[in-house]
Amino acid sequence: MEVKFSKSAQAEFQKIVEKYPQKRAALLPALHLAQREFGWISREVMRYLSELLDMPVTEVLDTTTFYTMFKTKSSGIYHIQVCSTLSCALRSSRQVYEHLVDKLKIKDGEVTPDGKFSLLKVECLGSCGTAPVVQINDDYYEDVSIEKLDQILADLK
Amino acid sequence: MFEKVLTKDIQIPASREISYYLRAGGYKAFEKVLKKMTPDQVIEEVRQSNLRGRGGAGFSAGMKWGFVPKTNDKPHYLLCNADESEPGTFKDRLLMTGNPHLVLEGNMIAAYAIRSSVAYIYIRGEFVEEAEILEQAIAQAYEKGFLGKNILGSGYQLDMYVHRGAGAYICGEETGLIESLEGKRGWPRIKPPFPAVAGVWQCPTIVNNVETLACVPAIIERGAGWFKSIGPEKSPGPKLYCLSGHINNPGVYELPSGVNLKELIYQYGGGIPNNKKLKAVIPGGSSVPVLTADEIDVAMDFDSLAKIGSMLGSAGVIVLDEDTCMVDALLNITHFYRHESCGQCTPCREGTNWAERILRKIEHGKGEMKDINLLEELARHINFRTICPLGDAAAMPIESFLKKFRPEFEAHVQQGKCPLNSNL
Repeated sequence: MEVKFSKSAQAEFQKIVEKYPQKRAALLPALHLAQREFGWISREVMRYLSELLDMPVTEVLDTTTFYTMFKTKSSGIYHIQVCSTLSCALRSSRQVYEHLVDKLKIKDGEVTPDGKFSLLKVECLGSCGTAPVVQINDDYYEDVSIEKLDQILADLK
Repeated sequence: MFEKVLTKDIQIPASREISYYLRAGGYKAFEKVLKKMTPDQVIEEVRQSNLRGRGGAGFSAGMKWGFVPKTNDKPHYLLCNADESEPGTFKDRLLMTGNPHLVLEGNMIAAYAIRSSVAYIYIRGEFVEEAEILEQAIAQAYEKGFLGKNILGSGYQLDMYVHRGAGAYICGEETGLIESLEGKRGWPRIKPPFPAVAGVWQCPTIVNNVETLACVPAIIERGAGWFKSIGPEKSPGPKLYCLSGHINNPGVYELPSGVNLKELIYQYGGGIPNNKKLKAVIPGGSSVPVLTADEIDVAMDFDSLAKIGSMLGSAGVIVLDEDTCMVDALLNITHFYRHESCGQCTPCREGTNWAERILRKIEHGKGEMKDINLLEELARHINFRTICPLGDAAAMPIESFLKKFRPEFEAHVQQGKCPLNSNL
């Protein structure tokens, strides 16, 4: 199936390009838009963006693979990112992570067989005062305990 | 009771609306600048205030602005560094969500001062809600005529955009940020040339931290003298301190620059949970040299901390109690730098990799005494030998932890295990 932005995404893409004096600068916002539209950044998506931005596909690959937020394979519907850096580690983020490994029966970087959840250990999320912190898709969950997390996951349809 | 300037009304949800900000006297500083001051006068006022960069480096903001050429042979760009990724730091997030118009106004005045008509706020990709709040605030500013063409009839034009990052600590380094804005990997550039001369798209560029810019409206309104009178003269102003780790009251505290660290931890922070003793404190984000419990009688300003061999950095204070394994803590920090290393420079790319592996060996009881010496040597070979300060940021914790807690490393080797059974 051909990779193409929806009409509304195309309009959004146009607005993005107008913000910069050089087209290539639109690559990061375009990748965010593409990830929202297509779920993850495949080689086909990279080729599509390279055409839209008049740039070599190798350079799209170069940029995409540098940033941890751009997914180059599909993830769960709910992508659970557990902060593991010092301030969270000092407040038991390891126990939160290990609880998820136990409960979901997957390891770092994996997806549950039903495709619902994926798990990733990430670095400092910038909310150290409310450690431990977990990000699920776009949302931050702060002061997370194991009990709280179980409730959060149960509430995710 | 210290008068809050940066976090005034931050608990009130309505404070992020432009109507509230205007009623409270907001955007008057920007108006003053447009109608009564030249760009050079603004630069001079900020320089006189001794405002120092609050992203980590502590460089004089006014002096940096002065490096930008006075003519516009090329467009000039103002970049707001909202990439907040230094472990232990979470103050800019508070400013952006609770006082977005203060941040915007600071950006506007800075842009005017450096003769720029385009500003980008580079915000870390994970801050999705925060980016939306900024977009809304910018839309409100356009609506009320504080952005766009011929602002308040002054003839000055300014456009402002939010640009989201995508998960890379190195994009908080100013040239890494610039490369990322251009749509590339966040690979820092060799300096010189400095961004003020050749930055984004090789045009004169100034990159400033969110909190630094947030200080600017008050400096313009109340004067450099007022700002300089808060805290030590060479490192003055209202300052945001972040408290995290083993502390009863974690959070962001706005206090006069130079507050005593002991007071910050015990009086404001409420001390250590479960009445445990303090073992160590990292005063300015994970990149800065660690302090022992004996070293906390120090003023939290740039110069006082530099004097005792550490740094104020991003003012991200991480508190470690007596049951913390310093080897495991260093392993955690080193893993962070290894993960975030952009890979350009051999000393950093290879060095952080090896440092993490050696630390893991020691932490799991498989290390030898010569590994500790090797770790020290490794840090020496990374420090000051890289294109950007991330290498130094990785080396400084290794050096300071070994200098101040070496017996713990030796105990791991001697006992063939972690004496505290740590699992960070």
